[in-house]
Amino acid sequence: MNFSEAANTGYFFLAPWLVFFPVIGLLFNMIFGGKMSEKAIGTVASLASGMAFVVSVLLAYSLSATHGHTVTVPFAEWIHIGELQLDWTFRIDTLSTVMMLVVSGVGTLIHIYAIGYMHEDVRFKDDVKRFRRFFVFLNLFIAMMMILVSGDSYLMLFVGWEGVGLCSFLLIGFWYDFDTLGQKSTANAEAGKKAFIANRVGDFGFLLAIFTTFWHFGSLQFDAVFKAAEAHPDPIVISAITLFMLIGVTGKSAQVPLYVWLPDAMAGPTPVSALIHAATMVTAGVYLVVRSAPLYNLVHGASYIVAMIGAVTALFAATIAVGQYDIKKVLAYSTISQLGFMVAAVGMGAYVAGIFHLATHAFFKALLFLSAGSIILGMERGHHHLAHGHDDHGDADAHHDEEEEVFDPGDMRNMGNLRKQMPVTFWLYMAGTLALAGIFPFAGFWSKDEILLDAKLHAEHFPGVYWLLSIAAFLTAFYMGRQIWMVFFGKERTEVAKHAEESPPVMTVPLMVLAVLAVLGGAMNLPFDGFHNLGHWLEHTLGHVEGLPLDLGVAGISTILALLAIFFSWLIYGKNPLKDGQPDPLKKPLGFLFTGMENKWFVDEGYGALVIKPFEKLAKFLSVTVDWNFWHDWFHDSVIYAGFKGLARFLSEPVDMGIINAIADKLADMTKRSSEGLSRLQNGFVRSYALSVLLGVVAILGYLLFK
Amino acid sequence: MDFELLPNLVTFFPLVGVLILFFIKPENKVLIRWVSLLTALATFGISLVLLQQFDANNPALQMVTNLPWITVADWNISYYMGVDGLSILLILLTTFLTPISLLSTWSAIEEREKDFNIFFLMLEVGMLGVFMAQDLFLFYVFWEFTLVPMYFLIGIWGGPQRIYASIKFFLYTMAGSLLMLLAILWLGINQGTFAVPDLIALGGIPAGIQTWLFLAFAIAFAIKVPMWPLHSWLPDAHVQAPTAGSVILAGVLLKMGTYGFVRFNLPLFPEAAVKFAPMMAGLAVVGIIYGAIVSYYQRDIKKLVAYSSISHLGFVMLGLFALNSQGIQGGILQMINHGLSTGALFLLVGMIYEQTHTRNFDVYGGLWKIMPVYGTVMLVVTLSSMGLPGLNGFVGEFTILLGAWGAGMPGEVLGSYWYAGLSAIGVILAAIYMLYMYQKIFLGPEGSIVQTVKEHGHVLRDLSVREIITIVPLLVFIFWIGLYPKPFFALIAPTVDNLVKVLQAAMMH
Repeated sequence: MNFSEAANTGYFFLAPWLVFFPVIGLLFNMIFGGKMSEKAIGTVASLASGMAFVVSVLLAYSLSATHGHTVTVPFAEWIHIGELQLDWTFRIDTLSTVMMLVVSGVGTLIHIYAIGYMHEDVRFKDDVKRFRRFFVFLNLFIAMMMILVSGDSYLMLFVGWEGVGLCSFLLIGFWYDFDTLGQKSTANAEAGKKAFIANRVGDFGFLLAIFTTFWHFGSLQFDAVFKAAEAHPDPIVISAITLFMLIGVTGKSAQVPLYVWLPDAMAGPTPVSALIHAATMVTAGVYLVVRSAPLYNLVHGASYIVAMIGAVTALFAATIAVGQYDIKKVLAYSTISQLGFMVAAVGMGAYVAGIFHLATHAFFKALLFLSAGSIILGMERGHHHLAHGHDDHGDADAHHDEEEEVFDPGDMRNMGNLRKQMPVTFWLYMAGTLALAGIFPFAGFWSKDEILLDAKLHAEHFPGVYWLLSIAAFLTAFYMGRQIWMVFFGKERTEVAKHAEESPPVMTVPLMVLAVLAVLGGAMNLPFDGFHNLGHWLEHTLGHVEGLPLDLGVAGISTILALLAIFFSWLIYGKNPLKDGQPDPLKKPLGFLFTGMENKWFVDEGYGALVIKPFEKLAKFLSVTVDWNFWHDWFHDSVIYAGFKGLARFLSEPVDMGIINAIADKLADMTKRSSEGLSRLQNGFVRSYALSVLLGVVAILGYLLFK
Repeated sequence: MDFELLPNLVTFFPLVGVLILFFIKPENKVLIRWVSLLTALATFGISLVLLQQFDANNPALQMVTNLPWITVADWNISYYMGVDGLSILLILLTTFLTPISLLSTWSAIEEREKDFNIFFLMLEVGMLGVFMAQDLFLFYVFWEFTLVPMYFLIGIWGGPQRIYASIKFFLYTMAGSLLMLLAILWLGINQGTFAVPDLIALGGIPAGIQTWLFLAFAIAFAIKVPMWPLHSWLPDAHVQAPTAGSVILAGVLLKMGTYGFVRFNLPLFPEAAVKFAPMMAGLAVVGIIYGAIVSYYQRDIKKLVAYSSISHLGFVMLGLFALNSQGIQGGILQMINHGLSTGALFLLVGMIYEQTHTRNFDVYGGLWKIMPVYGTVMLVVTLSSMGLPGLNGFVGEFTILLGAWGAGMPGEVLGSYWYAGLSAIGVILAAIYMLYMYQKIFLGPEGSIVQTVKEHGHVLRDLSVREIITIVPLLVFIFWIGLYPKPFFALIAPTVDNLVKVLQAAMMH
């Protein structure tokens, strides 16, 4: 079959392979991986993800050949009960293909990077066997993410949603016997659990949305739901559905108030942070809102709440990012903040801008995280080099000595002047930073600007959003500037930083691809007539989209803000570089404000005091006082047991069945003497009496009833 | 007068094994094990024939045996056995879990193996009889009959507190049964028959009396389920019972309670069922939340699983008393799911206990690294119990909650969204206590138990081949129901649809 012929019929039949390829990859590695080399395992996994990317490309191609008309591919029946008809059907439309391309494209690059990263990581952690497990989980994640974005109903979306949550749990706690510093601890495992539970809270909301949808609109299939909703636009019902969904969004996409799991999720290996906790999984909430656009369009109130949650999150998380010292923590809060931008955008109905930023953010944030991973490994190498000398460099049997000092390779205070030791990583990081800061003409400039412009244009209906986002954009450029000066400029603040080593090509080459995307990615939707490619592509799914022109006012203000922020960051961190042991220069002028930022505004502590502590107290009270002391002991002794004895006595006296009395006493006796029980049981004592209790009671009742 | 061999053969086949065991010397342990295992496997095989003969499209009772049994005065007690959509899956669950449990005892039970196996097979007869019996009196006989072997299984082969636990188990169940017996006698004598299908067809029980009969049955079943607040026998029984006993207790015996509701309470007293639905669903919700919170506080693995059963069976009860097809079908499927997941959990706990002799999970930690197969299997079962999509638990929980939400719509039987809404919190809580347990045992650095075991001259080993054979069949069904539940729903749907029609008619009143 040549290409043009296939295009006529389309490659849509391939849709299930989006899921099957990664599943085959993970099964292959599970079954045969034990005897395979690391390279082979990594190659299989990368190919599995790469094939999913190829399928995504073919689907997108077929879709463009059919002018973007949505295609559904039924695959299997799942749950059918009465009017409840839940099937697994693939949906190929312009929205889902964008998600597929981002997920499998970025996903594959990260798979390749991870071959190099994990090769070293498992050696620093002294557990080479875990290499395979990592790629099994990573493939599972791609499969689940594909289920999420390709499902044709809320239920399949939910299946993928929970599935990626599981992968997130497994991968955050990948080094489940360590903490982030490589010390033996339960910290990483705790972080995984925290992520799962916070997400479950969100899932609870999503579930309620699903129930409401089904009972009011009779289906969970997207088109059927939207049609029914437009036919009966009951604002209370639709508001309920969209707000329940919002709970799910705040969980999965780490928005206020459920975002607290994401910073801790950095406990996972860096490729995981990049793939799951920056580029793909966390954007699922944004995707959910865009997917449900026909519902959100019907209820302005709920949409405004979504937009405000996003805007507040964007600003709130940005303030915390300013006060962090861990290179990945800064990026984590930055991710929360950027997700806030996306949520704000889609809340305002700026779906194209939201998806646009989702895609560019996937490029530049994956780039930043992976580069950060490269830096951390570079520091680890330097540390290892210092600790063990040249001889056993890169040895498989690297180990941490007991007396070895705890060193944090991710703490920016331990870095400085790394551009000298790691020039490639430095330039890659710069590309990501400029894109994130929104500097012309990098990808982030175009997508962020489109969101800001939408916020400005809709300011009447969504008051406040524009201002919150603008301040957040200013802070974004500031904390990224701070990071650049602290990491790459000034003097090395530790010996380790002096000995940091550049990463191998298997890691840097995927980064270069991402860097190109971070620089040029804006081209997918430029604010000029004829260049609204993404907008026109999504139009087929979202209905008419107005292509926004470039607004020099908005673009000018945001550029000035970003440049000012970078200038300030230079004044504070660049002009006079941080010295070893010196506190953050902002600490003094900002006082308690900076203490708040540094300590994440004490939100974790707040949850501890307001939610976790009371829950544990309640659990103790219910278990000990209510369940054990009251129901287990008192109720049993005073009601059941005493009642049984009383009944036996009552029955035995008038009917003169002494045996009942005897049995009751014997039972009482035995309860007291549990330790001697075995010998008594062996004598056949209870055997006969237990049976006679039964028969006796039956006989008495029969007699009383029918005499 | 009908006679169909198959259901009777399934029910009583284990007695063949019992008979053979009587003639084997107690010292001949290997032979004893094999005889009872093969008996149980053969019973499972026969039940598969039963499944093959079963017509899933027929909502009525099938393969009926109906022989007059006791006909003195006005009593028309019959030996009435049959299978329908409400019971077929539970019958298969029973015959499926019995050989698995027996296999698990090969290393766990060392004393008096012969007696143990005899009791176990007798218990199987009782359980199968409960699910097959279509005559109230016959049902009661089987119901009470299961008590005796279970009593001894806990009382002889149980843990240190076994006597207390077994007597408590006995007293609670007996207390409930007495009321049920009164209700049965009243029904049989006043209506002139004890046959359940005839009683349903007759109908016409005045609403006032339905109330009392409903309650009498409900208390007996609620104790068995157990529903809050009648649950306090369960932690004792579970913790003290030997592994195989816990598996069967959680897997099948508790289902006798939920089955009782759907077999008797709903079709016999539909008006009362509608009236009591909010109360029953309310108790179910309390059970879901309460069981989950109390689970979280436990430090004994078995106790945690025991309390989690209260929460899980709360879901089943909620589904049943949603009184719609999603809820009831989900509820019945969830009975099976709970049997598989919790059965697997108890088996897995038993496997580690045999090596460490402690169930206090504060001494555990980091076992995934030492026992990768065990850790992975436990993870799957944990996730199944938490209701992760793709595994069996989700299908049940989702349909139950969906059904309960529908029943909560204005004008429906529950009339409030709070039931389903609060129960959905149970989904969050399940993640909290199950992951907590998983983390304590398998994640983090090595726990002190690893050292303790070493000091006793042993090394923790991963699952043996026999253990893997024991657990894999459960995993197969955990995935199968999760990924493709259609054939399972197909078995129960027609019968449930009929039942729902009866209930809907009652709602109209």
